[in-house]
Amino acid sequence: MEAAIEEKTIKIKESNDVVTVRREAREYAEKLGFNLLEQTKIVTAASEIARNAIVFGGGGIARFTTIEKPDKRGLQISFIDHGPGIEDIEAAMKDGYTTGGGLGLGLGGTKRLMDEFHIRSEPGKGTSVTIVKYL
Amino acid sequence: MADAIGKNYQKIISEKQDIIRDEWLKRLKVALEYQKDILTEKELNKNLDGFMTLFLKTIRSEEKDLLSGKEWKELKEHLSQIIQKWASQGFSIRETLSFLLTFERVLFERIREELGKEERENLDEFTGLEELLTELEEFVAEQHVKNREEIIARQQREILELSTPVVTLWKGILAVPLIGTLDSARTQTVMETLLQKIVETGSEIAIIDITGVPAVDTQVAQHIIKTIDAARLMGADCIISGIRPQIAQTMVALGVTFDVVTKATLADAFSIALKRLGFEIKEDRREEK
Repeated sequence: MEAAIEEKTIKIKESNDVVTVRREAREYAEKLGFNLLEQTKIVTAASEIARNAIVFGGGGIARFTTIEKPDKRGLQISFIDHGPGIEDIEAAMKDGYTTGGGLGLGLGGTKRLMDEFHIRSEPGKGTSVTIVKYL
Repeated sequence: MADAIGKNYQKIISEKQDIIRDEWLKRLKVALEYQKDILTEKELNKNLDGFMTLFLKTIRSEEKDLLSGKEWKELKEHLSQIIQKWASQGFSIRETLSFLLTFERVLFERIREELGKEERENLDEFTGLEELLTELEEFVAEQHVKNREEIIARQQREILELSTPVVTLWKGILAVPLIGTLDSARTQTVMETLLQKIVETGSEIAIIDITGVPAVDTQVAQHIIKTIDAARLMGADCIISGIRPQIAQTMVALGVTFDVVTKATLADAFSIALKRLGFEIKEDRREEK
């Protein structure tokens, strides 16, 4: 039986923290046994969402959890900020849509990189994004 | 919150300030293993005198809570300047704190000596003074860490600039080997350096090699795309090389594309660049004859 991998929550506030999120994401993905391609996808997805939380949400937290189900294992990463929230989630998910001068591929692209993608946002309250990749 | 300091304490400290100061200087020098090349006698004396004056002002303050008065603010400001200087000179946290710890020890010893036996047993008056000093020590520790962090941040920026070389492979061909995690600040530095170098050398082709990059997200991609556009306006073409399989697949899923020639290896990119400039690459087979 492998030792359980502990859950971890880290603060994300400055743009440098994106680098920390990427490193953590890679470490978790490696420990869980994802292959290099999947690791790269997870790292890239985490990078996108972390940056959104910092740039648009004014910072928040990133939580790394492992999923242990009888039929599948996986890595779940949640990002929570208490920023202004997203007015129109449907539009934000569309490729090419941006309010911040970026490429507008972050959210839609992340969804394509991961197996699960959940987004909840309330204007004025903040945004939470949870992404999951299964082994 | 720190309560007012008792009158007889104030009196002792004021009257004996010279003795306290001299003893403090002596002990501080021992604690710091004092070397005058790092810190001149004059500067050290100025630091101590300034602190002493402001400390006396603070404990004589009429404020109900000493920590809300302007004297306290001045005292902290003075301390902050000292430790900032010390941090930049590489003083350790132990050395920095010894400034206050030696002062505290000398101060309390002096008070004990001057007080009568009965007064000595009345510890209530001690509390205000102790609170004040503890507060100062916490402040110093915090400031010291903050100063060190600023130094680390500055060094990070310096490393950033050092680690972004743009090299000339051939007359008219530049290459930027990108290595490691690309945070946006670093990508921006590299790209600015590249554009600058294109102007300086009048190069027509720039190869951006990302073999050493573990992940490309949309922001990094955007920086690269912007550089390609800017280089094009300056009359230079970019070639991207070293896109590894996992990065290629990730970029496809993200929906990012580069509107230029891309090659698997730097060697391929270099060979294409030479051909474009009119050079021909031939294998020399003379030895086989």
